[in-house]
Amino acid sequence: MNWTDIGAVTDVPLRGARLVKTQAGCIAVFRTAEDEVFAASNACPHKQGPLSEGIVHGQKVTCPLHNWVFDLNTGEAQGADEGRIAVYPVRIEAGRILLEISALQNRSAA
Amino acid sequence: MKQKLVVIGAGMASGRVLEHLREQAPDQYDITLFNAEPRGNYNRIMLSPVLSGEKTYEEIVTHDDDWYAQNEITCRFGEHVVGIDRDSRTVTGQNGAVSYDKLLIATGSAPFIIPVPGKDLPGVIAYRDLDDTNAMVEASAKGGKAVVIGGGLLGLEAAAGLALRGMQVTVLHLMGHLMERQLDEAAGYLLKKDLEDRGITVMTKAATKAILGEDRVEAVLLEDGTVLDADLVVMAVGIRPETRLATDAHLEVARGIEVNAQMMTSDPDVLAVGECVELDGQLFGLVAPLYDQAKVVAATLIGEEAAFVPKELSTKLKVTGCDLFSAGDFAEGEGREDVIFRDPSRGVYKRLVIEGDRLVGAVMYGDTADSNWFFGLIKDGTDISDMRETLIFGPAYQGGGQADPLSAVAALPPEAEICGCNGICKGQIVQAIEGGATDLGAVKATTKASASCGTCTGLVEQLLQVTLGDGFEMPTAQPVCGCTDLSHEDVRRLIKSQELKSQEAVWQELGWKTVNGCHTCRPAVNFYLLADWPLDYTDDPQSRFVNERNHANIQKDGTYSVMPRMWGGMTTPQELVAIAQAAEKYGATVKVTGGQRIDLLGVRKEDLPAIWADLNRAGMVSGHAYTKGLRTVKTCVGSDWCRFGTQDSTGLGIKLEKRLWGSWTPHKVKLGVSGCPRNCAEATCKDIGIVCVDSGYQIGVGGAAGMDVKEVERLVDVATEEEAIEWTVAFVQLYRENGKYLDRAYKWLAKVGLDWVQEVLTDPAERAALVDRFDLSQSVYQTDPWAERARPDVAQGFQPLADFTLEAAE
Repeated sequence: MNWTDIGAVTDVPLRGARLVKTQAGCIAVFRTAEDEVFAASNACPHKQGPLSEGIVHGQKVTCPLHNWVFDLNTGEAQGADEGRIAVYPVRIEAGRILLEISALQNRSAA
Repeated sequence: MKQKLVVIGAGMASGRVLEHLREQAPDQYDITLFNAEPRGNYNRIMLSPVLSGEKTYEEIVTHDDDWYAQNEITCRFGEHVVGIDRDSRTVTGQNGAVSYDKLLIATGSAPFIIPVPGKDLPGVIAYRDLDDTNAMVEASAKGGKAVVIGGGLLGLEAAAGLALRGMQVTVLHLMGHLMERQLDEAAGYLLKKDLEDRGITVMTKAATKAILGEDRVEAVLLEDGTVLDADLVVMAVGIRPETRLATDAHLEVARGIEVNAQMMTSDPDVLAVGECVELDGQLFGLVAPLYDQAKVVAATLIGEEAAFVPKELSTKLKVTGCDLFSAGDFAEGEGREDVIFRDPSRGVYKRLVIEGDRLVGAVMYGDTADSNWFFGLIKDGTDISDMRETLIFGPAYQGGGQADPLSAVAALPPEAEICGCNGICKGQIVQAIEGGATDLGAVKATTKASASCGTCTGLVEQLLQVTLGDGFEMPTAQPVCGCTDLSHEDVRRLIKSQELKSQEAVWQELGWKTVNGCHTCRPAVNFYLLADWPLDYTDDPQSRFVNERNHANIQKDGTYSVMPRMWGGMTTPQELVAIAQAAEKYGATVKVTGGQRIDLLGVRKEDLPAIWADLNRAGMVSGHAYTKGLRTVKTCVGSDWCRFGTQDSTGLGIKLEKRLWGSWTPHKVKLGVSGCPRNCAEATCKDIGIVCVDSGYQIGVGGAAGMDVKEVERLVDVATEEEAIEWTVAFVQLYRENGKYLDRAYKWLAKVGLDWVQEVLTDPAERAALVDRFDLSQSVYQTDPWAERARPDVAQGFQPLADFTLEAAE
């Protein structure tokens, strides 16, 4: 495991998201109204819409391009749409966001 | 030979032990009962009704003198026990010692007194027993002000009782919402509102620093410096087990007296029961587990096998008129799902927390009739998957049939209340429908049902459907989204009429089904709130679509387009130079738009603050080409240059744009001003189009050239430029105040009718008021969003939070 500090919780707006760039692609880090954080692939499987620019509601995000909705726990598309975004382990420790990046590094090494 | 049992404490738990003993083994023990209070066992949980005056002490006595006499119990009431000697097996009271074979400690709990200066002043009362209650009753007789410290069960019951006795009561609670251990935030909010309706002031997040007074209490000082006058202070922050006797007797004591499942302490001849005990780290404060313990104590004393197993607990508040219930675990968590039912007009809130196919928690406010049934489901771990869809409606709707909301309505008894505002029940509505009221309007007119707050509209419609069958066609008023059954029009009306000024207030008061809306409703609600309450509500960027949040138009490749404002389509060489330089610097594609401006396409998000700063330096501001707001005012060159121009159309266009820019509207608003009927500015297909003529200005509204192509309809003809501006501003404000989010002006006009708009705007006073309200809103919103976001601290938010591609490259 490689938990890496990517910034303060407060750097991400409440009910908002920020982008993290990695070798394996862009990750969106979300912060819900309840101060939970989630990390997922930034690209919507439909037309690669940037999910970090979507509206965050409950533990879900809506893609800004065509309103696909994803559950941030599982990455599953909701409703009639079928698809899934990758989700990544992330946690908060002492007000800092820690992202587990070994999966992302492995992929870049491969 | 009878054994000797000594009991210390005559409370509800030991009282129940005595009842069991006398029933099951009447001759086994000689019993001596000590009680520090000068009376026997009474129903302590009914002290609140005594405080409020709804009951008398006599009504809550459980065991009177006759009962103790008949059961041959030696009572030593009003006598404190001073010590227990386990070697000689004696208990010593103030009036002498008595020996025991078995001892039962039931000393209950003591109120927790927060250690602040002034806590010992006369007039500071804890709320625990009848003496405290009587002291409060006496103090309240003089009226005046009471401060209750602690917003838990006891504190609130004390507050309600004192308020009923005519005192001005303030409740101080340290946490963010009342009864935080039993209630979630929403129920806590309703409770606070209910109490405030009864004249009780509730202050949350209020920490007491000191209690002030010379000879007796005079005031309470809070940490934030607030001073509250007080003739009486009630301390109800919590209780702790009363363990002093047990500690002195060297029994094992943690927070409470430690017992095993047989209720035996570390000394097998000494048992303990009630609020003073601790089992496996758990304390007990509610009556149900105490009664379970009492059964086990009696069995152990008789020599039977029994074991106490703690069960799920539930809570009810005994304040007349405040019905609340909570049970189980209702924290949010992964894998947990909420089912929420809200009926704000009746003050009803129900929340079920489901994990897998089990109900694990329930919070109810306002209607707790089914609470026992839900509690049973939690306790028994019942599989609820089959009844999940109608679970929240309670036991009446379970069993058989499809989970159809109509069947739930059909199953309601005729006396079930449908419209809480007007007190109309199902029977009356059905009668009206059968009597010929076959649509919503007719039901409203004949019964008043759904004619006030409108929350029950859906239910009334379902009744129409159930009663008329296929003869009823559901009206087309669509709910905003799946988060609510209300239509946009309902939401707008209720935000105004109920003065809802925050998103939280909308979710709560209008009974939203989700925690904080979704991508459909939240932008709409955000607009309604900022349009109706410009000074009270702050625009929430996180409730806006990406373009309005980032103040640029996102393109299909994730880059953005940037378009500076060109007032009335006029520009200067200096501006064009700045635009050209910016385009080169940021690699933008340049496009001339139909709205007489220049678009810079392909700008990366990271570069937005920088390009804005560059354009700002050349005197340009955002063109809002991305908003549901004022876009552009297209003009022709008018009388300045054109040989046909009748008026200064360019000048009017610039004036209008300078007046209207920055305002948010239900959908985009485009204007055009043409200098003559040749209409070179294509004004007649704009949301508002002005065509200049010799005699003045023809103002048309409701045009469009998008998915629908519409020609404007004539709103009015006016003679002067001032009037043209006044009418235009008033029209925009009327649309802002009444339009449905994402309805262009023409769609809104089709709903309300041009006649109505003309009628409103023809009244000069109404027009002036609309203009005033528009200008008030502009005082907040007419600012350049680019300048605000080009500031370095804000601009940082446009960069990635972290970039591991750079690290890898090193």
